[in-house]
Amino acid sequence: MKYVDEFRDPQLITKAADEIRRLAEPGRTYRLMEVCGGHTHAIYRFGLKDLLPPAIELVHGPGCPVCVLPMGRIDDGLAMAEDPRVILTAFGDMMRVPGTKGSLLEYKARGCDVRIVYSPLDALRLAQANPDRHVVFFAIGFETTAPSTALTLKRAKALGVGNFSVFSNHVTIIPAIRAILDSPDMRIDAFVGPGHVSTVIGCRPYEWIATREHKPIVVTGFEPLDLLQSIAMLLRQLREGRAEVENQYNRVVPWEGNRAALEAMADVFERRPFFEWRGMGFISQSALRLSDRYAEWDSEKRFAVPGVQVTDPKAAQCGEVLKGVLRPPDCKLFGTECTPEHPVGALMVSSEGSCAAYYTYVHRKVVAEARWVSSRQATA
Amino acid sequence: MCLAIPGQIVEIHPGVTDLATVDVSGVRRRVNIGLLEGQDVSLGDWVLIHVGFAMNKIGEEQAREQMRLLALLGEDDVALEEFNGIFDRGSGDPP
Repeated sequence: MKYVDEFRDPQLITKAADEIRRLAEPGRTYRLMEVCGGHTHAIYRFGLKDLLPPAIELVHGPGCPVCVLPMGRIDDGLAMAEDPRVILTAFGDMMRVPGTKGSLLEYKARGCDVRIVYSPLDALRLAQANPDRHVVFFAIGFETTAPSTALTLKRAKALGVGNFSVFSNHVTIIPAIRAILDSPDMRIDAFVGPGHVSTVIGCRPYEWIATREHKPIVVTGFEPLDLLQSIAMLLRQLREGRAEVENQYNRVVPWEGNRAALEAMADVFERRPFFEWRGMGFISQSALRLSDRYAEWDSEKRFAVPGVQVTDPKAAQCGEVLKGVLRPPDCKLFGTECTPEHPVGALMVSSEGSCAAYYTYVHRKVVAEARWVSSRQATA
Repeated sequence: MCLAIPGQIVEIHPGVTDLATVDVSGVRRRVNIGLLEGQDVSLGDWVLIHVGFAMNKIGEEQAREQMRLLALLGEDDVALEEFNGIFDRGSGDPP
C-alpha cells in the first residue's frame, strides 16, 4: 500500500475501489486478464491487488515481448552473432535472456560483437558507419514497436543500405488473445486491453472478442486510477450482461489507431503462417516476417540459422505462468533457482515479466517480513 | 519496454525525411516523426516517444501525467537513459 500515498487523487482511487466492491456480485468470482506486460508491472508496483476484493483475480497475460519469445529464436539470434562479419544489435531488454548456450551478454563476453541500441535507426546508422560489416537488428515487440522497425526498413531500402538486416520476432496481440480464449484450461471473464499497442491498432480489432466471444474488453491506461476505473467498467458490463469494447484510455488511444503506422507495417511485413510462443505453442498468423519486397534485408534469408525448436528447462514452468494457469510463486524454481539476478526463464528478466514483477514487489517484501518475524522470535 | 516517454517538439528539420528535435526534461535528441504522417505537427507539440520514433501526439496535460507515471513506476531513469541513448554516439543524424 506504500504507493497509494503517492497517488494523485487518493479520493478518486478510494471511490473507484469502493465502486468495484459494490459492483462485484456476492458469491461470484471474476478472472480478469490484463494482456499487456506494462499493466502487469503497474499492478504489482502499485499494489493494486490490495485494493481489490478477493473475488477478483487478475490473470497476467502474454503481453511481454521478451517473455513470449521461445528459446529457439534466441539461439537463432546467437548463431548470427557468432558470425565474425556480424554486429548483432538488440534492445537492452534482450541482453540477459538465456539461450541454450548463454545470453547475448555472455556471447558478448566471449568476443561476439553484440551491441545495445535504443532505436532500430541506431542499428541502421551503425551499418552505414561500418560498411565492411553486416549489422543485424534483433527485432522484438508487439504492434507498439513493429511500426518503428518497418519505418527503419523503409529508410534502409530508400538509402540502399545493403549491409543491414532485421531478424524479425515481431508478434501480434490479437491471435494470442484468440489462443487464450481457445485454450481449454483458460477461463477468463473479461480483458483489460493493452494501452500503447492500441494507439497503433486502435480498438476495432478487439470487436470480435465482444461480439463473438461475449467477453467485455476495456482498453486501459497505466495509472492506478486508469486500471481501477477499467476494472469497474468491466464489472459493470458483466453485471449488466453486456459485452462491448470500451476505451478508457481515449485521451491517448484513437478508436481507429494510427494509419501511418498500419500502412508502414502492411508494406514491410506479412504474417507468418504460424509462430511459436513460449508456453503457448504454435499460434497461427501470430507473428510478422519481412515481405518479399524486403527480402534483401531479411536476416533469416541471409543467414543459415539452426531454426530448432528448443524446449524450456524442464523444471521451469514459464508456460503455465504465461498462460495464467500458475501464479509466479507456484513455479518450483521461483525465488530459489530462478531470480532476477540469475534468471532461468525470460519472465524473470524483463520488468514487464510477471515473475520479475512479483519477485520485486511481493516476494522481497514477504521474505523481509518473514525474516523480521523470525528475528523477533529469536530475540524473544 | 512498451512504456513511452513524453517530449516536446522544439525543431522540425524540413530538409531531412521525418526528422524533428524533441526535448525531454532538458535533454534534446533527434527523433523520427514518420509515424505522425497525415497529422499536423508543429513546434511546441507534445509527443510520446518510443525507440526513437514519435508514436502519437498527446496533450500537455497527458505529457505531464505520463512523466509522473514513469516516476511512479520507477521507470523514469530507465526511460530517460533510453532516450539519452538514441543517437548519442557521434554527432550524426538518424538515417
